[in-house]
Amino acid sequence: MSLVSYLINGLSLGAVYAIIALGYTMVYGIAKMLNFAHGDVIMVGAYVVFTTVSGMGMNPLAGILISVIVCTVTGVLIETIAYRPLLEVSKLAVLITAIGVSYFLQNVALLIFGADTKSFSSVVPFKGINLSGVSVSGETIVTICACIIIVVGLTLFVNYTKPGKAMLAVSEDAGAAQLMGINTNGTIALTFAIGSALAAIAGVLLCSSYPALTPYTGSMPGIKAFVAAVFGGIGSIPGAFIGGLLLGIIEILGKAYISSQMADAIVFAVLIVVLLVKPTGLLGKEIQEKV
Amino acid sequence: MAKKIFTKDNSSYIIVILAYIVVEILLKTGSVSSLMKGLLVPLCVYVILAISLNITVGILGELSLGHAGFMCVGAFTGAFFSRYVGDAISFGYLRFAIAVILGALVAAIFGVIIGIPVLRLKGDYLAIVTLAFGEIIKNIMNVLYVGKDSLGLHISFKDTASLNLDSATGDIIIKGAQGITGTPKDSNFTIGIILILITLFVTLNLIHSRTGRAIMAIRDNRIAAESIGINVTKYKLLAFTISAAFAGVAGVLYAHNLASLTALPKNFGYNMSIMILVYVVLGGMGNIRGSIIAAVVLTLLPELLRGLNDYRMLIYSIVLIVVMIFSWSPTAKAFRERYFGFLKKKKEEVS
Repeated sequence: MSLVSYLINGLSLGAVYAIIALGYTMVYGIAKMLNFAHGDVIMVGAYVVFTTVSGMGMNPLAGILISVIVCTVTGVLIETIAYRPLLEVSKLAVLITAIGVSYFLQNVALLIFGADTKSFSSVVPFKGINLSGVSVSGETIVTICACIIIVVGLTLFVNYTKPGKAMLAVSEDAGAAQLMGINTNGTIALTFAIGSALAAIAGVLLCSSYPALTPYTGSMPGIKAFVAAVFGGIGSIPGAFIGGLLLGIIEILGKAYISSQMADAIVFAVLIVVLLVKPTGLLGKEIQEKV
Repeated sequence: MAKKIFTKDNSSYIIVILAYIVVEILLKTGSVSSLMKGLLVPLCVYVILAISLNITVGILGELSLGHAGFMCVGAFTGAFFSRYVGDAISFGYLRFAIAVILGALVAAIFGVIIGIPVLRLKGDYLAIVTLAFGEIIKNIMNVLYVGKDSLGLHISFKDTASLNLDSATGDIIIKGAQGITGTPKDSNFTIGIILILITLFVTLNLIHSRTGRAIMAIRDNRIAAESIGINVTKYKLLAFTISAAFAGVAGVLYAHNLASLTALPKNFGYNMSIMILVYVVLGGMGNIRGSIIAAVVLTLLPELLRGLNDYRMLIYSIVLIVVMIFSWSPTAKAFRERYFGFLKKKKEEVS
């Protein structure tokens, strides 16, 4: 394979990371918590599409729609039941609850679908194209397009709509936002809803390109996407996009040219180097500590 | 006035020793299932890990998600040493003692190397970098090959063939993803308890020393601590290194309880680090006794629920969420004070 095709594969994987990282970054920006269960929402999304499309023979688009709805409801439920009582008390306590939720989702999936690997059939109906010798699969095209649409849409939503601006306000200062009449709890729930809907889409795209689906499918991409979000500067939407793409490219190139076993180590090493040079990530805001 | 014997600190020692006596009696009378017997040493490992992580998370106040990485370093160092000397030191206890010291030392060195860059970062950024380091260590252990022959040690990151070992005297000690096999089984429950007591002794004395107070001052307010002349970097690094060293000790104990040691995501990945963090947070940050109890209860819980088969991990996760909400949420706190407040009042009167 040539460098160009590696780059394209990297972009495709990176686009999935970017979509997951967007969910991570939005939730972090507003709730200041690491949502460890985010990766498992991806898995839930993928299983829903697997059941509806492969199992019940539904139209893929309908399957994705159902998956998005299920994940959104799951995300909001998780937020209201498990996170909201603790959000204002201790970030660390929420982190542990998030881990509990992550175990919970994994084990529910394990009980319903079993531990065996399900072969996920791609939801992309068309074959790839061939650009002067470099073949690009249909999944790659769809993934990259979906990622761009989501990033543009999300940026517009956050900057130009009322609920979007409310999100910005709550992430800046939740207390002040509440005094200005913003429904902070509602806004946080909305953020979780959007993040989880994105996770559903990411799950479908991820499993279309890498078809092995198990209850633990989501956890490693979840962690990688988290790394991508930190890499780009956590809390920043363009940061998550750039971080995700870079991480995907680094991972694929590292696998191809250095060592396939060391690919994860390379990804993490790059993250460490970036954070040492820029302690708040590529596009992160530097906040000065005041006495 | 006579000093109180049953203080918060002493109670930690007493709990450990009592637990040891009870377990030994149960072992003697033969009322412990073989499953539980197999759990005794891992229990000690988890308790040491929880206490040591509490130094970083509870005392220093930094979130570390890479504790299993230090455990991994200690485990491989200790197992490598024991395999390397083999029967040259036939006295198992001496061999194990040296392995523990070496494991702790190497883990401490890694603590310094990782701590210097990591401790410059703050909060969640620090957490993710420790996670990254932990994953890197695990990954490197999976591609590391070390063998010995009459010429000395050979190290490779590719495969066994590239070690160029002398075929007559060659012996591959670390075999990449297959790890180390044939580590002498030098650890047992008594040794585990002794190591817990040593860890407790060092940790509790650290907390009550001038150094410990400096570390806690940094946790409570870094800028204020700096302004009264506390060397923030030095004390942060010190706490982080001690924490890493004891994780190394736990690793050595862990390695000498297994016939074959491999660096899997299950035992040295971030999942393990997170599990230890769960012990610390659930037991109460900065509360050493709490860490011990949480580690024991949470290790035994899935085993006690074994009768429920597939549902046990599900119940475990629900218990985790419910306990967190019940012990931290303001509503739950108010509820507790309203209905169980009389319990607390009674306690205060007694003390």
